[in-house]
Amino acid sequence: MTDHQVQASWKNPFIYLLAFCSGFCIMGIELLGGRILAPFFGSSVHIWGSIITVFMLSLSFGYLAGGKLSTHNASLKRYGIIFLFAGITILPVAFWSTSIMEVIFVNVEDSRYGSLLASCALFFIPTIILGMISPYSVRLLVTDKDKSGQVAGKLYFVSTLGSALGTIITSFYFVLFFEVNNIIIVFSSVLAVLGVIAIVLNKSINPLSINTVGTVHE
Amino acid sequence: MNRIYIVTFAVFLLNAVCANSIAAEVIHQERSLYRNILVEDQGDLRCLKFNVKTSKSNQSCLYKSDPQHLVFNYTKLLFSGLLLIDDPKNILIIGLGGGTMSNTLHQIYPQSNITNVEIDPAVIKVARQYFGFFENQRVTSVVQDGRIFIKRAVLKKQQYDWIILDAFNGDYIPEHLLTQEFLQEAKSILTPNGILSANTFSVSSLYAHESATYKKVFGDFYNVRNNKNSNRIILTAKEKLPSSEVITERAKQLHNKLIPYYINLFEISKQMTSTSMNQDWPEKTKLLTDQFSPANLLNN
Repeated sequence: MTDHQVQASWKNPFIYLLAFCSGFCIMGIELLGGRILAPFFGSSVHIWGSIITVFMLSLSFGYLAGGKLSTHNASLKRYGIIFLFAGITILPVAFWSTSIMEVIFVNVEDSRYGSLLASCALFFIPTIILGMISPYSVRLLVTDKDKSGQVAGKLYFVSTLGSALGTIITSFYFVLFFEVNNIIIVFSSVLAVLGVIAIVLNKSINPLSINTVGTVHE
Repeated sequence: MNRIYIVTFAVFLLNAVCANSIAAEVIHQERSLYRNILVEDQGDLRCLKFNVKTSKSNQSCLYKSDPQHLVFNYTKLLFSGLLLIDDPKNILIIGLGGGTMSNTLHQIYPQSNITNVEIDPAVIKVARQYFGFFENQRVTSVVQDGRIFIKRAVLKKQQYDWIILDAFNGDYIPEHLLTQEFLQEAKSILTPNGILSANTFSVSSLYAHESATYKKVFGDFYNVRNNKNSNRIILTAKEKLPSSEVITERAKQLHNKLIPYYINLFEISKQMTSTSMNQDWPEKTKLLTDQFSPANLLNN
């Protein structure tokens, strides 16, 4: 029991920190999406229509998938793997977005559908993976059914606060000092590094105790 | 004696107040996808305004009794392009406003093809309805983002002799129309003798970034400006800029042709300064690219 308490003392804040960072990165990336698409599809209102649609759609799928995944052997390690994958799947945005958008631009005349297709190609998969983080965090944090709502509330607070800061800091300052691709690469690295840290920390925990925590409230 | 002064002053004040409050009449107002559009009549003067009712946001004006008479200095300055090119056959105008450029150029060169690209369909409608913007076989308008139009033109291998970039109003700058990549695309659809003029800014820290980017893509260029406003015209050519002798010669030839529009080409040719003589921005200024173009933040 003391073991659990020792773990809990850093584990929960660590999970909140990760949720905060994922919220920050999601909105940072979404905001840069407008900048990335503009050279090919313009800066009209339909650009934002495409981007927001794709983000909302993939987040919704991500929530579903993350919830499902959390029912099976939930662990900090798997949580870390989600972050690692999110970081990796964002990278094509930095490295291949121009060639991907070129192909779409040549083949789709209407810039509405062009921008929708391009947002799908660039952001659909990484945003699904980022969406998995929220329900999975709830699974790792909740130990007491009575407090599940409170835990979820706190988690949404932290991750949405991250989103707010990700939006304002990216749009007010990052774009003024850095190139779009470099910002994307930093977001990607932050997610991947956090994922690796989670995986490493998971090993430092006695796997048995995690399982007991798991079985206590199942 | 004093009383006369006071009365005169009061009459003067009353006149001033009346002139301001009565004369300006909003004759059309609409909210488009991009902005609020206002058409205002003030006596003989009709103006197109975006967003707010201050004279700062005037986009285009004309005298109803004399539509040929160009009102704005920057519009007149845009005709400096004619000093760099003989008889432009295909002209591309990005940003319609009231359609003044298109109308005037069509009158000067009735045989030239003029393509107007405007992102906001409501602006085209208002230009037709209130500013006499006309279209025919040679003069057309397209509702599209300027960047997309030029990218498609590259694919279709279309070529233009003169590209006029007039898409910036004071309130919001389309950042993707300022970048190195955009200017390269625009340059690639110019004919070998083709030129590009841009109506743009001469204040704020954006000036240096924009200048550095144009120089990178086009080499040295002309700045055309007068002291009366904060606009400047950037004037560039795909290949070599003509010498000042050639420019003076062209000004002589065209001068009389443009007087009916109140454009004085002699005057304008004197307001041109080449960046080869006077580069007034720091050497290491960061270029605007698709990766880095915080134009609206820099313009504060």
